[in-house]
Amino acid sequence: MGERVIEGGIFLASLLAIVVLLGIVAVLLRQGLPIFAHTPPWEFLFGTKWYPVSEPPTFGTTTFFVATIWVTVVATVIAVPIGVACAAYLAEVAPSSVRESVKPVIELLAGIPSVVIGFIGLLLLSPLVQSMFNLNTGLSGLAAGIMLSLMSLPIIVSVSEDALRAIPDEFRQAAYALGATRWEVVRHVSIPAALSGISAAIMLGVGRAIGETMTVLMIAGGALAVPVSPTQPMMPMTAAIASGIGNAVRGGPQYQALFAIGLLLFLITLAVNLIADRVLERQKRKFVR
Amino acid sequence: MRTRSNLSRRISQKTAFAVLLTATIAVTAVSLFIIIHIVVRGAAIVDWDFLTQAPTQAGKAGGIFPALVGTFYLMLGTLVIALPIGVLAGIYLSEYAPKNRLTKVINLAIVNLAGVPSIVYGLFGLGVFVLMLNFGMSLLAASLTLACQALAMTITTSREALIAVPAEYRAGSLAVGATRWQTIRHLILPQARPGIVTGAVLAMSRAAGETAPILVVGAAFLMRGLPQSPFDRFMALPYHLYTVAVHIPGMPEDTKWGVALVLLAVVLSFNILATVVRLRARKQRG
Repeated sequence: MGERVIEGGIFLASLLAIVVLLGIVAVLLRQGLPIFAHTPPWEFLFGTKWYPVSEPPTFGTTTFFVATIWVTVVATVIAVPIGVACAAYLAEVAPSSVRESVKPVIELLAGIPSVVIGFIGLLLLSPLVQSMFNLNTGLSGLAAGIMLSLMSLPIIVSVSEDALRAIPDEFRQAAYALGATRWEVVRHVSIPAALSGISAAIMLGVGRAIGETMTVLMIAGGALAVPVSPTQPMMPMTAAIASGIGNAVRGGPQYQALFAIGLLLFLITLAVNLIADRVLERQKRKFVR
Repeated sequence: MRTRSNLSRRISQKTAFAVLLTATIAVTAVSLFIIIHIVVRGAAIVDWDFLTQAPTQAGKAGGIFPALVGTFYLMLGTLVIALPIGVLAGIYLSEYAPKNRLTKVINLAIVNLAGVPSIVYGLFGLGVFVLMLNFGMSLLAASLTLACQALAMTITTSREALIAVPAEYRAGSLAVGATRWQTIRHLILPQARPGIVTGAVLAMSRAAGETAPILVVGAAFLMRGLPQSPFDRFMALPYHLYTVAVHIPGMPEDTKWGVALVLLAVVLSFNILATVVRLRARKQRG
């Protein structure tokens, strides 16, 4: 009897993962959807005017969406080549002593809280960006993207490295037997064989960059105009939620609009993660015999 | 002809490996630079008084004691909520779960929970814990929010640690007449403990560093005294860093770096602790 109770509790605990996920969806829908009675979905998604406190207020979120794209693009352009190169070095070239000492450092990087990354960007990087590009302010999508790249790098490195190391050694041996150099093996055998795992790694890195809040809140600049260049100050979706939610009247249109942005953000990251998960599963099965 | 092409192949290998090495050095150097820079700049101000005094003059003078305590409470709250649930769910997924649709959905939910942006967890916590359950902007609401965020990690690490226990243990124990639960309780769980502890420590480290969720569910920048009950508001290190760095004009540079150093030290020491637990367990197994 006692055992039955415990086993029941164990089952219920495992259901909590589903409950929380559905709870998130429910909260976002319930608090967010009512905004569409005020602002039609078309205007919400493609409108460029975000005036939550004027009379009447308008809630166009294109500005935030474009800002998110800019910072994510900057982060990805920096993090992908460096991350994949680093993973290739660690998995294919480095002696194990180097690998064992570099990996903990990258884990440390992954452990640095986003607010600290934002802080470093604010104090050290943004003045640098300002003087290098001769801008009015260094607080820009560019500065935010550069710091974001540091946050997606550890994921890209570790997932890509795992993918490379999962390739059976026979692949490499066969290429060596045909007279290939080590670099030719890396380039023409290992990387192509691990390509789906590497693309999943990139997707996870992108998902991370899209969802990061503190870094972009602190250094993207927070301007409310559709940015046309990454060197402009901008306000990505996460920053819009974080900076607006404290002042929004509970249940009011601005509050609803911020939850609707949260819903959009949730759907985007969900899609990115689902695809990455599928790709990783497929890659895992590829070499199982 | 042959030798020349071999030479050029060797040169291209040298160049390529140099590029890969440069990327690796760049990542390592930037990581170390950030950490060392914070340590050096922060060390100028962090002393016993900084850690044990309350802030004065809007955080410009005095210490950060209440923020340190608040973060400690948040870590504890997250642990107390997320660890038992994580272990129980891990037991179900490793020991009981049949290979059916529901199990697949649970595992998929866990993967997706891990990818939900932290600000969205904040909105969830605001909607459910602060408003619906009426816990208000409180330590309790924030702990519950951070615990929901930590669930994916505690469940996953527990599940993996339990799965790694060899099947012979289970067979042997059941063969001598132990029940399934007795086997798990007295044999499997102790074996999986290092893995579970690693996950719990990492979850606490994460909870200490998270800013966006507690910004939404109501961390305070300054408050009189320490929280007296779970329903009180609270200060926390990451939120304190955000505020002194961005919102307080005339904040002395040293103070900012000091807060950053203390936060980084708390978060990274728990990270390193997790690594030590993991390595020691691996060594013991041989």
